[in-house]
Amino acid sequence: MRTIIFRTIAPYLAALMVLFSIFVLLRGHNEPGGGFIGGLIAASALAIYGIACGVTSVRRAIVVHPMSLSAFGLLIATLAGLPSLMMRQAFMTSQWLEVHVLGVQVDLSTPLVFDIGVYLVVVGAIGSIALALEERESD
Amino acid sequence: MTPAAIDTTILAVLAPFAAAAIAPYATRLFKHNAAWALALVPAWIFFHFAGFVGPVAEGRTFVAAREWAPAYGINLSFYIDGLSTLFALLISGIGTFIILYAGGYLKGHPQQGRFFSFLFLFMGAMLGLVTGDNLITLFIFWELTSITSFLLIGFDHLRAASRRAALQALVVTGGGGLALLAGFLLIIQATGEIEMSQVLKSGDLLREHALYLPIFLLVLGGAFTKSAQFPFHFWLPNAMEAPTPVSAFLHSATMVKAGVYLLMRMHPVLGGTEAWTTVLPLFGGATLLVGTILAVRQTDLKLMLAYTTVASLGLLVMLTGTSHEKALEGAVLYLLAHSLFKGALFMVAGTIDHEAGTRDVTRLGGLRKAMPITFAAAALAGLSMSGLPPFIGFIAKEVLYYGTWGLPQGALVLTVVAVVGNALMLVIAAGVAVKPFFGPEVHTPKHAHEGPILLWAGPVVLSLTGLATALMTHATGDLLIGPMLSSLVGAPTAVELHLLPGYISAPLILSAITVALGIVLFLQLDRLRATVAAVLAAIGWGPDKGFDQAIAAIVRLSAAVTRIVQGGRMQTYMTLTFLITALAVLVPGYLADGWPALPPLPPLHFYEWAVLLIAVAGLGAVLVASTRLTAIVSLGIQGFAVAMIFMLFGAPDLSFTQFMVETLSVVILALVMTRLNLAPRDHRDAAARLFTGAIAIGVGGGLALTLMAVTQAPFDTRLSEFFSAYSRTIAHGRNIVNVIIVDFRGFDTLGEIAVVVLAGLCVLALIRIRTRPDRDVAKDVAASARRVGEAAEVH
Repeated sequence: MRTIIFRTIAPYLAALMVLFSIFVLLRGHNEPGGGFIGGLIAASALAIYGIACGVTSVRRAIVVHPMSLSAFGLLIATLAGLPSLMMRQAFMTSQWLEVHVLGVQVDLSTPLVFDIGVYLVVVGAIGSIALALEERESD
Repeated sequence: MTPAAIDTTILAVLAPFAAAAIAPYATRLFKHNAAWALALVPAWIFFHFAGFVGPVAEGRTFVAAREWAPAYGINLSFYIDGLSTLFALLISGIGTFIILYAGGYLKGHPQQGRFFSFLFLFMGAMLGLVTGDNLITLFIFWELTSITSFLLIGFDHLRAASRRAALQALVVTGGGGLALLAGFLLIIQATGEIEMSQVLKSGDLLREHALYLPIFLLVLGGAFTKSAQFPFHFWLPNAMEAPTPVSAFLHSATMVKAGVYLLMRMHPVLGGTEAWTTVLPLFGGATLLVGTILAVRQTDLKLMLAYTTVASLGLLVMLTGTSHEKALEGAVLYLLAHSLFKGALFMVAGTIDHEAGTRDVTRLGGLRKAMPITFAAAALAGLSMSGLPPFIGFIAKEVLYYGTWGLPQGALVLTVVAVVGNALMLVIAAGVAVKPFFGPEVHTPKHAHEGPILLWAGPVVLSLTGLATALMTHATGDLLIGPMLSSLVGAPTAVELHLLPGYISAPLILSAITVALGIVLFLQLDRLRATVAAVLAAIGWGPDKGFDQAIAAIVRLSAAVTRIVQGGRMQTYMTLTFLITALAVLVPGYLADGWPALPPLPPLHFYEWAVLLIAVAGLGAVLVASTRLTAIVSLGIQGFAVAMIFMLFGAPDLSFTQFMVETLSVVILALVMTRLNLAPRDHRDAAARLFTGAIAIGVGGGLALTLMAVTQAPFDTRLSEFFSAYSRTIAHGRNIVNVIIVDFRGFDTLGEIAVVVLAGLCVLALIRIRTRPDRDVAKDVAASARRVGEAAEVH
């Protein structure tokens, strides 16, 4: 698997995939995409990078353990449901906030936070399984 | 009563739980003296409920309620009438002295704080049970008493006997509790009411209802197990494994009387039927005789008392079962009397054990001089238990004889049972309260001396109360007995009690017979004990042993089932899973003759044909693949073809996801393959391959047929119309799929991603196990399986 071509291309490919996954995640509310697919793309990026350059470099690149990423995702997905409680609405009722940045209207919402949580959960869970499987026993 | 005072009842019921939370810290600060401060909590509860005595005696009832789960009609509601007031007073009043006693008894015990906590939890559960109005709330407190008593009985958890007794109590009373829940649900269904106070107003509705018998039997199941009626009596004496303060509390005021409470509580709506007046006296009478006879055999003070508790509960159930007003009055009086003398005597037994070092009555004697205060308390309580004047026990006995004697039928049988039971009770009372204190001084393991005030305060107060309630006959009758009897009868009922009978009557003669019989039997106690022991040895088997055998049988059964269902071979599991899936999709369709009609081939564009060809090519590649790895990758071609079909038919989201899932599953499967010690090729013979192939075709074909049947059914568009209409306006999103995932059904998604995290953790753990260097996991698993097997053999 560790051919020169693959190893040379893999880092760029992985970077592109992660970028693309974030793009897919953020546009998800209006166009095809969303947290789940984005997470899968990012997890594939991790897997490809791991196959090409070894698991150690992937772990170094993402700094934290992928499983903590996953747990953090679950946490913020849960937190996204809380603001509605403060508004005395049912848990997870979506809240919207319109912000104007440089004259452009940006809609910020709790579903977006929730979707980011889904993304992190998927990246973390699938990624950590893939990495653990790639790891050689001698590592 | 002001509304605020009534509302405080909720606080009063919940206060023990708060006390349970702070007890360990208080104990760490003040050691055993924390008992003084902690006892203020039940004392306050006592005075709170004492405030209700006056109004309740005037015939008023109160309800304090808070919403809990209003959607289900479940409220935190408490009902106060004569019955619950007396019970609450007993629980909190005796509880106060139990806390003090526990402070002295477990002085210096490293886990004393935890013990206080358990006691308070138990007290709170009991208070909630006897005051609970909402049937579901009542049930929750009912089961809470089972759980907290499990903790208390198993407090000394390092001893196997404690653990066994705790488990036994939990299995018996908890199991009965489940029957009770079913009974409550039927009551709710039959009456349409969920509050006990409303159910009690339903009159004859339940008695004439078609579900009466099931309701009656299920409620009985809960009450009989909790109140240790024969044949469920065995767990109660075993519960003696708990420290003495627990026994005293359990037996005098609380848990074991919960069943009697329930029967009394339900009496106005369930009692008086033929089933009621047959079953209850029968089992109650049997329990009374079995309990007293078993008590005679014992030489351990606590066990003697424990078996007489069983007997007393039998007497109470028997009297309640007659549904005769005078007998019910006797039951109420006896309940009060029993709580007072049993609490006192248990604490006395514990003090003797604590100070003299033994509870064996044959090794005790002459403690009168060494422990004068304890002796005085024991004597007073013992006289009340013997049913001698001028104690409350005497009044109770007179009234209950009057009740049984006046019954329309079965009067003679029940009276004889009561006389024999009471005579034996007198024997035990003398054995516990007289024998250790009189006669020559015996050398005891510890040098006996009087205990500290924490140990004797309870017995003294309780036994004096037994005297005071009898001396203040009229007040007792008007304030405590009358209101409680009214609750039992279901109508205002006045009682007239007399300390001493004014004329010679049948009950007085029966009392004389009881005392005479008791004295004769006491003089022959050693011979009686030997006879009973011999008879029981001849019988040999009992429900207690039966319990062990039943538990062992369950363990063996589950071990056998596990061996069959989980043989440990992945291949078997997979084969079974897919075989059952195939049958599940094929058989119903075949039986219902619901195969869909094969749709005509729609006109396809050339690129759609191309995609289909790719899929078929992928399938062919799987079939001819020479190694497993190639087969997996070839299967990926199939998946990509499906993704392309999604794309062509206008579902970019699905297609996107399908691409990613397909890629990742191929990558992960390939990685797994390289780690498993599998042969690279499939080496099975043709027959096995054919079998697997048949299953695969069965599953695939069945699913395809099901899918076709689904698409041919008329399509309900309401949901898709709703989502396309509202996804933009409500959720600000044009992508319906994503809007559904993160907004409309976001709560589902939250659950799903929680599952993803858990699944990830589990897979990770499995992989880690495989990579553990010493590879001894398999050995561990095998060893633990062997241990389980051995444990099953031992039982």
